[in-house]
Amino acid sequence: MQYQSQAVAKPYFIAAIGLFVLQILFGLIMGLQYVVGDFLFPEIPFNVARMVHTNALIIWLLMGFMGAAYYLVPEESETELFSPRLALVTFWVFLAAAVLTVAGYLLVPYATLAELTGNHLLPTMGREFLEQPTITKIGIVVVALAFIFNVGMTVLKGRKTAINLVLLLGLVGLAVLFLFSFYNPTNLVLDKYYWWWVVHLWVEGVWELILGAILAFVLIKVTGVDREVIEKWLYIIIAMALISGIIGTGHHYFWIGVPEYWQWWGSIFSALEPLPFFMMTVFAFNMVNRRRRNHPNRAAVLWALGTAVMAFLGAGVWGFLHTLSPVNYYTHGTQITAAHGHMSFYGAYVMIVLTIISYAMPLLRGRKVAASNKSQVLEMWSFWLMTVAMVFITFFLTAAGILQVHMQRVMDKPLPFMYVQDQIALFYWLREGAGLVFLIGLIVYIASFFIGNNEPEAEVVPST
Amino acid sequence: MNEVFTKSMARNIFYGGSLFFILLFLGLTFDTTRQLPKLDNRQAITDKVALGKALWEENNCIGCHTLLGEGAYFAPELGNIYKRFGNNKAAIKGFIMSRPKDGIPGRRSMPQFNFTDEELDAIAEFLKYSSEINTAGWPPNIQG
Ligand code: HEC
Ligand code: HEM
Ligand code: HEM
Ligand SMILES: [Fe+2]
Repeated sequence: MQYQSQAVAKPYFIAAIGLFVLQILFGLIMGLQYVVGDFLFPEIPFNVARMVHTNALIIWLLMGFMGAAYYLVPEESETELFSPRLALVTFWVFLAAAVLTVAGYLLVPYATLAELTGNHLLPTMGREFLEQPTITKIGIVVVALAFIFNVGMTVLKGRKTAINLVLLLGLVGLAVLFLFSFYNPTNLVLDKYYWWWVVHLWVEGVWELILGAILAFVLIKVTGVDREVIEKWLYIIIAMALISGIIGTGHHYFWIGVPEYWQWWGSIFSALEPLPFFMMTVFAFNMVNRRRRNHPNRAAVLWALGTAVMAFLGAGVWGFLHTLSPVNYYTHGTQITAAHGHMSFYGAYVMIVLTIISYAMPLLRGRKVAASNKSQVLEMWSFWLMTVAMVFITFFLTAAGILQVHMQRVMDKPLPFMYVQDQIALFYWLREGAGLVFLIGLIVYIASFFIGNNEPEAEVVPST
Repeated sequence: MNEVFTKSMARNIFYGGSLFFILLFLGLTFDTTRQLPKLDNRQAITDKVALGKALWEENNCIGCHTLLGEGAYFAPELGNIYKRFGNNKAAIKGFIMSRPKDGIPGRRSMPQFNFTDEELDAIAEFLKYSSEINTAGWPPNIQG
């Protein structure tokens, strides 16, 4: 750690991991409800578990991005953070808002929560991923503004690197696009049209800038490759991301009541969306192969390479699978979508946050370069457990999805939804099993922070 | 090749390309907005439909169901439920009304929302309106 103020990243990372655990526990509850329909009913209905699962995911990823920014911006700018105190205040505000919101989901019926928080004054609730009470959404905007102000002022007073600028651009885009969550017309088509400006333009737009910037930062640190080279790659990757991803929004406009030309625009441009992810993979492996030194934090290198590969698989390959409109006609809103949603979110955004945590946390905890060998071995075990489990979750959901599409949408005599779900229950059981392995991986991950702390730092293995 | 293709060229492609496609996207959005009145069934939007949508949202139906293919995959698609139930609003109301409070043993369960008759009517009206949006022939069949 080169600057004192980088330390504010630590609470963000810890809270992120805490919410990650919450997310996975509720994932497992839902996974069981898929096959044991009345499990925890009516105490925790499926929709409530789902809100906790997806909202905890989004909030902890945002916490991870913020922690990443507070860690890397001072280092890139070569100056202390503008205001570490503001960063800590926003942390507690954000965490409190998140905890209160989850408590609200779990303690009162959703309709009561809507009433208590005055949803009728500015109705924004009850849409997928945007279930938070309006007041929470306003809180998120305030936190985001304070955060961007803080990071922006730091960049302004210090060195301006491409990584800093791209990261900042991504964060500003994230905040600006979130404003569309306040637009909720009665006209369902318009509602859906602009809902995707938050959801799609986040994960296949501005978040890719954040992903690219964090990956570039870590690669510079662990490989020692020349910044000029890395930053050139970064620009090309994010250029491809936005060139394909903006019009690529059209892959959500096939069947929601907008003009049919979107089938062409959406199919063609979103078919190009795997390119930036592919380039990211080539980039990461290239940089590691051209490394000038071996970094003792082997776990961080593993996470960085893993991110590149899994993001390409989950977003690129599993995205392409259902992105052409003639295919999407059959797969829209099935388990195929869920399969893709899981691997892409995990591969791209969960893994990049775990990458920066892996790189930064040992330094934040007072190590000079890396954690002990023992901790790293555990961390690498958790990498494989979680990643392989996620691959299997994706496989099982894909199998379930193919069967679902066939029975419910393709066969001569299509079968009803509920009947089909019964027929494919086996794959949901298998998914739940893989989910348990994921949880074990997560426990090992957390253990890696507590085990091996009194052993010496890992040293560089001489390259062969 | 490294000397030919510089970082500042890459940066310019990023800024130029992004700006161009943002403008194109806004242009397409403008054209879409112009064409929407023919497609989105807006003439059917009444106060009742608006109330129905508000109830849909405030009870988080999307947390179990899909609507026009978007939402959760735990329970049946509802964008075409009006048609699946034989263009019968009463059947929709009857289904929602009759959910047992403690669920159905062993089966995926839907909560009992205790709606008033006016509220049930609004939800059914909202689902009817949704089923009449022009969705380019989706879903492939009545099962949704
Ligand atoms: C906790 C999950 C959950 C929530 C929330 C939920 N539903 Fe359901 N819904 C279900 C399940 C499960 C079924 C299938 C029930 C069955 O077949 O036994 C269903 C079935 C239906 C059906 C009949 C569909 C068919 O094809 O047979 C309608 C209509 C319906 N729900 C409307 C609604 C509305 C309106 C709301 C919001 C006010 C809502 N649901 C909220 C789980 C839910
Ligand atoms: C990291 C990047 C990505 C993430 C995190 C992501 C995540 C998701 C999620 C969560 C959904 C479900 C949305 C819903 O609930 O309705 C979804 C849908 C979809 N995604 Fe992605 N995605 C990514 C990249 C891509 C890419 C690159 C493509 C195309 C090549 C793609 C194609 C699609 C399509 C076509 C759908 C709609 C599925 C349907 O019709 O039901 N995605 N994505
Ligand atoms: C223990 C492992 C997990 C289990 C059992 C699990 C289970 C589930 C279930 C049952 C759903 C609801 C699907 C539906 O709407 O019907 C869901 C949704 C979702 N989960 Fe998970 N999950 C797990 C881990 C994860 C992880 C690690 C991530 C993050 C990368 C994640 C991200 C998501 C997302 C983005 C959705 C919304 C998907 C969509 O709308 O397509 N889940 N999960
Ligand atoms: Fe998308």
